[in-house]
Amino acid sequence: MSTTLFSKRLSKELIDLKINPPAGIEVAESDTFKCWKLSLDGVEGTLYAGERFTLEFRFTPNYPMESPEVVFVGNIPIHPHIYSNGHICLNVLYNQWSPVLSVRSVCLSIQSMLSSCTTKEPPPDNNHYVKTAKASPKQTQWSFHDDSV
Amino acid sequence: MSVQSDDDLMYEDSCPDSDEDCELEDVDNDEEVIADEDDADFNFTDVVAEKDRKKSYEVEFKVHSIQDIVKNQDEEVTHVSDMLRIQKQHAATLLRHFCWNKERLIERYMDATEEVLKTAGVIINDSMRPRFVKVPGFVCDICCDDDKDIETLALSCGHRFCQNCYKHYLTQKIKEEGESRRISCMANGCNVIVDENTVELVVDVDIHERYRTLLNRTYVDDNESLRWCPAPSCEYAIECHVPQASLTSIVPTVECSCSFRFCFGCSLPDHQPSICTLVKRWIKKCEDDSETANWISAHTKECGKCHSTIEKNGGCNHMTCRKCKYEFCWVCMGPWSEHGTSWYNCNRYDERSSQDARDQQAKSRASLERYLHYYNRFANHEQSAKLDRELYNKTEKKMEEMQQTSNLSWIEVQFLKKAVDTLVQCRMTLKWTYAFAFYLSRNNQTEIFEDNQRDLEMAVEQLSELLEKPIEPEKIGELKEQVLNKTVYVSDRREILLVDTAKGLLEERWEYQVDITS
Ligand SMILES: [Zn+2]
Ligand SMILES: [Zn+2]
Ligand SMILES: [Zn+2]
Ligand SMILES: [Zn+2]
Ligand SMILES: [Zn+2]
Ligand SMILES: [Zn+2]
Repeated sequence: MSTTLFSKRLSKELIDLKINPPAGIEVAESDTFKCWKLSLDGVEGTLYAGERFTLEFRFTPNYPMESPEVVFVGNIPIHPHIYSNGHICLNVLYNQWSPVLSVRSVCLSIQSMLSSCTTKEPPPDNNHYVKTAKASPKQTQWSFHDDSV
Repeated sequence: MSVQSDDDLMYEDSCPDSDEDCELEDVDNDEEVIADEDDADFNFTDVVAEKDRKKSYEVEFKVHSIQDIVKNQDEEVTHVSDMLRIQKQHAATLLRHFCWNKERLIERYMDATEEVLKTAGVIINDSMRPRFVKVPGFVCDICCDDDKDIETLALSCGHRFCQNCYKHYLTQKIKEEGESRRISCMANGCNVIVDENTVELVVDVDIHERYRTLLNRTYVDDNESLRWCPAPSCEYAIECHVPQASLTSIVPTVECSCSFRFCFGCSLPDHQPSICTLVKRWIKKCEDDSETANWISAHTKECGKCHSTIEKNGGCNHMTCRKCKYEFCWVCMGPWSEHGTSWYNCNRYDERSSQDARDQQAKSRASLERYLHYYNRFANHEQSAKLDRELYNKTEKKMEEMQQTSNLSWIEVQFLKKAVDTLVQCRMTLKWTYAFAFYLSRNNQTEIFEDNQRDLEMAVEQLSELLEKPIEPEKIGELKEQVLNKTVYVSDRREILLVDTAKGLLEERWEYQVDITS
């Protein structure tokens, strides 16, 4: 049940992203249904205009019942909710995940999180977090202080 | 991808092919039969233990089997369902949201119905029954299946998904995440709870069984008046109405049907007469390595400079630390350099620098000696209780012997078993009196407590001695009388101590050396 559930859904998501890509978001790598890479352009008129970032999505066979693991790789945006190891503090990636959310909706959430940023600065606990965090952000017990950003 | 907007089509009353679903709806008819029972009001605070009048150190409690738990749960649900005129599965969701505090739920519900329903994740729709339907043109937002034959399901929020996705989702939540009472609709941001009837409809039998088990577990876990018996593999739960806030004035000791006695407040084995918070402190203190470190420093001395431990091994007072080479005087602890020429005969006992060093050591020594005084007695009774287990085995043999060598019947030799049981229980009580006394301030009250403690201790040792005597067949009658008398006496001493301590707790008569509210 799980393999059909997940492969049909992901193929559909992939086609949808390729045919009808949201502005500034592009599939860069999607060879397997285990790991995708998407490029994310900073929106014009925001602090990140002209910058390009890469998001890495990792899916378990249980996706979309289980949330994907999403991190920035390479050039990490400086942002109060993004740690310098690429981990993103965003509730929909963890406890607020719903199986109706998708790669597209996650990318859009992250893009809007970047766009609404007013000061480019790392999270206050960045050094401590990066030192102690596990490889997967899903193993972190996140507390979401501010859902508005 | 958007959520289906044609929800109203799916409600039972307006569904054209409702014939297909009659099997599913039958379930509701059974429920109504139960709901009709007159004693739905039979709230289980009324069903307390029917024992004799309680002593001041005893609390009311009741032991529940899994079957009782299920029954009580059903009764509560039926009651709320009848009172609020809502379907049972919704009543259950609301009760779980309110941690089974029925009074609070009803009060809040009367006050602000909409808000209560919203935060609990319930949408009341009487015409709605959980059931699968085929919907023309339906595409599942999760798996993207658009096959025209797929069965779909929506909760009362109207968010519709396919049967496969529902089954996969609920199975994952129940089996992998151990979730039961807080499984919500799959739609993003929708907090509507997947009710019991829907779960039953969707998942396989084994998963449903697991779900019921998990739900029953949460009924006890969430309910402040219920606690699982902590004995390994025991499945009973105890009901007791002593709130957490009263634990500084009551020691709620309960006894499970499996015969395990424990504290309802903290689930530790029976720790009367000491209150939970002092028990926790005491256990922590005994486990703490710093006590061992203290012990070392009291039996040895510490270098005033690098604090490494030094033992004196010769008669000379001039000490040199092996580690940092600091030279000091063993008698006064002051630096040797200040001793001038009076090398081997210390006359600096009152000098300030020496005084401070000595005070430090004396202080830690005194507090340690005090701790050891209580700890040794505490540990002694713990140890003796273990020996009592062996004594019990010996006693059993003794009882067999007695039946053979005398014309006493099995019933008549039960006095020995009773004596051993009493002995074990008194040792447990005594053990905790030392932990309690350790934290008491010195005053008249404490002296009375220690008098009672001494009386019990003496009685216990006398009984213990009596039970270890070899049995002489011709003196069995005499022994029986002695043991019976002593057993009664010991029980009485224990009761006097427990009654007085419990009264003192209620009257806030005890003064502690520590802050018990922190
Ligand atoms: Zn589906
Ligand atoms: Zn919903
Ligand atoms: Zn038990
Ligand atoms: Zn306790
Ligand atoms: Zn030293
Ligand atoms: Zn000296």
